[in-house]
Amino acid sequence: MLRYFRKRLFLLIPVLLGVSLLVFVIVHLAPGDPALTLLGPNATQEELVELRTQLGLDKPLVLQYGLFLKNILKGNLGKSLLSGEPVLSELKQRTPITLRLAIWGTLFSILIGIPLGTLAALYQNTWIDNLCSFFALAGFSFPNFWLALMLMLMFSIYFPVLPSSGMGTWKHLILPVIVIGIQNMAIIARMTRSSMLEIIRQDYIRTAHAKGMPSRIILFRHIFSNALIPVITVIGLNFGNSLGGLVITETVFSIPGTGRLLVDAIRANDYPVVQGGVMFFALFVGLVNLSVDFIYAIVDPRIKSMYR
Amino acid sequence: MEQEKLIVRDKKQSQLQEIWRRFRRNKTALVGLAIVIFLFLVAFFAPLLAPMDPNKAFFKDKLQLPSSTYLLGTDNMGRDILSRIIFGSRISLYIGFIAVGIGGIGGTILGVFAGFYGGKLDNVIMRTMDILLAFPAIILAIAIVGVLGTSLGNLMIAVGISHMPRYARIVRSSTFAVRGQEFVDAARLVGAHDFQIIIENILPNCLAPIIVQSTLGVAQAILAVASMSFLGLGIQPPTAEWGAMLSAGRQYLRITPHLAIFPGLAIATVVLGLNLLGDGLRDALDPKLR
Amino acid sequence: MNNVLLDVSNLHVVYDTFEGRVEAVRGISLKIKQGESLGLVGESGAGKTTTALSIMQLVPSPPGKISSGEIKFQNIDLNKIAEQKMRQIRGNRISMIFQDPMTSLNPVLPIGLQIAETIAVHQNLRFEKAKYRAQELLEKVQIPAERYKEYPHEFSGGMRQRVGIAMSLSCNPSLLVADEPTSALDVTIQAQILDLMKDLREEFDTSLILITHDLGIVADICDRVATMYCGIIVEEGTVKEVFENPLHPYTQGLFNCIPKINDKGHKILPIFGLPPSSLKYPSGCSFHPRCPKCTEICVQKMPPIQSVKGRTLRCHNVTI
Repeated sequence: MLRYFRKRLFLLIPVLLGVSLLVFVIVHLAPGDPALTLLGPNATQEELVELRTQLGLDKPLVLQYGLFLKNILKGNLGKSLLSGEPVLSELKQRTPITLRLAIWGTLFSILIGIPLGTLAALYQNTWIDNLCSFFALAGFSFPNFWLALMLMLMFSIYFPVLPSSGMGTWKHLILPVIVIGIQNMAIIARMTRSSMLEIIRQDYIRTAHAKGMPSRIILFRHIFSNALIPVITVIGLNFGNSLGGLVITETVFSIPGTGRLLVDAIRANDYPVVQGGVMFFALFVGLVNLSVDFIYAIVDPRIKSMYR
Repeated sequence: MEQEKLIVRDKKQSQLQEIWRRFRRNKTALVGLAIVIFLFLVAFFAPLLAPMDPNKAFFKDKLQLPSSTYLLGTDNMGRDILSRIIFGSRISLYIGFIAVGIGGIGGTILGVFAGFYGGKLDNVIMRTMDILLAFPAIILAIAIVGVLGTSLGNLMIAVGISHMPRYARIVRSSTFAVRGQEFVDAARLVGAHDFQIIIENILPNCLAPIIVQSTLGVAQAILAVASMSFLGLGIQPPTAEWGAMLSAGRQYLRITPHLAIFPGLAIATVVLGLNLLGDGLRDALDPKLR
Repeated sequence: MNNVLLDVSNLHVVYDTFEGRVEAVRGISLKIKQGESLGLVGESGAGKTTTALSIMQLVPSPPGKISSGEIKFQNIDLNKIAEQKMRQIRGNRISMIFQDPMTSLNPVLPIGLQIAETIAVHQNLRFEKAKYRAQELLEKVQIPAERYKEYPHEFSGGMRQRVGIAMSLSCNPSLLVADEPTSALDVTIQAQILDLMKDLREEFDTSLILITHDLGIVADICDRVATMYCGIIVEEGTVKEVFENPLHPYTQGLFNCIPKINDKGHKILPIFGLPPSSLKYPSGCSFHPRCPKCTEICVQKMPPIQSVKGRTLRCHNVTI
């Protein structure tokens, strides 16, 4: 089994290389001169040229790419043009914040999504199913920034119970986590429902009934153990996207997270942050996906024995 | 020959009828269909329906609450919100369909080639899709827009590209399923060109999942564009796009929340309708999945 | 009649599908005595599996329904008791073995657990004890007890079916319903499984309803045999009676289809025609379009049940 994962880890490298190339190309195609951005429109020609040389912007692109790769391997993601801080330290500062949101949001979405999907599947085609499916779909359809604003309206403005921005206390987490949770809850609920519907039909569930097993055991031991496996993938996928995907939530609630860092950097052509940030995210996504596969292999004995 | 053609056509017709019958049974899907049709009508008849010019600013009537003149109130520049929402439907539909068109066609072509020819081509294409998928969708779209600029066209390209991997995956697996079957080899023996085989045999099989994905895709595209406009990276004001309206409304949340409530409601309704429709189509086209 | 274990009378089961109403079982009656085994023979779609599921009260309920009839097990009418009570009977006093061993076992649970849980639930044992018993059962079906914690995909089809047998006999049921337990296996494995079933039946004195389309298996393991066609039992009797002298044209047709090893040169006669769609059975006696003895009354009326000394027959033109 270790062999399999070593191989997957290995395969991650070309993907990361591809990402790095793509990011490099995109960033350097972007219009806008970073030197100009940094120094402002009043800079003189000499100042601009000097800064460009300093930043290495005058070297041929291929060389720049090579330097970029070399630096990444050394762990040096460059310095932000905007703040002057090393990209890595900015990321290190903000990642825990975003991760906290992501983890709580995911927990919330699992807590609500799985029961919702289960109910919908068990009472398929009744009003319970329709209601649960509708809720799930609604959560999915509402634009998250709108949901965020509405929640803010209700709980920060009309009933000023919760703060609407910033970070610090657990109270600050509540609204953003709810927003994230509702969005993801929908996907999890739908996946749970369809997975369960498929499993309930299976012969071995009929066997379990024929053995006279009580419904509780059939649901939790027989059905869940099979049905939740694909749901893990979905949860993992969502989580993998979380570093960059929580952009909107972070923006609306003014949370200094990694998503916002990246968006601001793209806007300002702060290319070291963009390059370094995206590489960081891609690595994170790759590792999360790998972990999901790992969990899959542990949880599903059929796969486990494939790689023994 | 004629007889056979007739039989085939009859079979197709009854298949369609069967699908329609299944669809009809699903009430939420019908609601979704109704919403989507409503959207189309509103977009089409926008100039007739909107009480005012969406871009005309009546400065003296800034930030008015809903009243009999301004049914949904006015925004911070004194423009009638209702009219802006009505015209906004055009942009949303336009962007949604074109973005999905770009993503769908591009993704389908890639998926078919990957599935049909397999081997190295498949590997290359799917690795590229993996690379695209390694970016969170919103970051990818923002990055592309960052490079190309925030025009409408670039926005659609950006969203389209971020949708491609999904189509590629779906089409590829459908292609695999069909390619293995013997009639493909048989067709080749008779001398059919690959292109012909693809169009006549493989694509029809992918049609169902593509349709479903496209409907859902339009919903996602509308959300994506609204999100980007909200961040200021999409449609720029003064164009009446729902996301941009929400962005502007954000500042006035405390005093005049209706600026934010109504455009968001519009987005939510439209996306919900499309999602309901897409789900209904999926259930109707493949009842097994239900 | 005191040792009548199972008494099915006039059972009717219907399925309401999109395409219409399917009468899967149209008034069958059976009696099984303690320790007896009955073979239920017929083509696909005859209603055999539905009958089995009805006894277990496992007819899939949105489309299907037991519309009338009684199923009395040890004097309890299974059609009328609460689901809770039925659950205590399933797997415990009546067990079922299913046809396809590849899909009847839960792929993510160890096989030993799947046996032990039945014991733990019905006999209220703690898991360690149940596990011990399950291991004993595994040995009985000739699977090494150490393989308790392995998963279904690590076993062959025949071994999985043996696990199925172990599961079904784990609580010493009085009645075992086996739905084509060997159809999915190859012939040599079939023989092993049948021998195993025979031994276990003797040891536990379990009654058996064996559903099959293979008359050879019936001859091997059953005391009595009943042939079903289009939801009706057309003939029933002891194996000796029916095999030596099949009365119903359908049963005769079935026997004519079997190649006989000592009957050289004898042509195999298939039964003319195809089984009808269960959506629309032929009028009168459902077999009439394919029956060499068909007369006018066969087209009009369903033949009444003739019952003489345990032999039953439904045919207008043959008398017991």
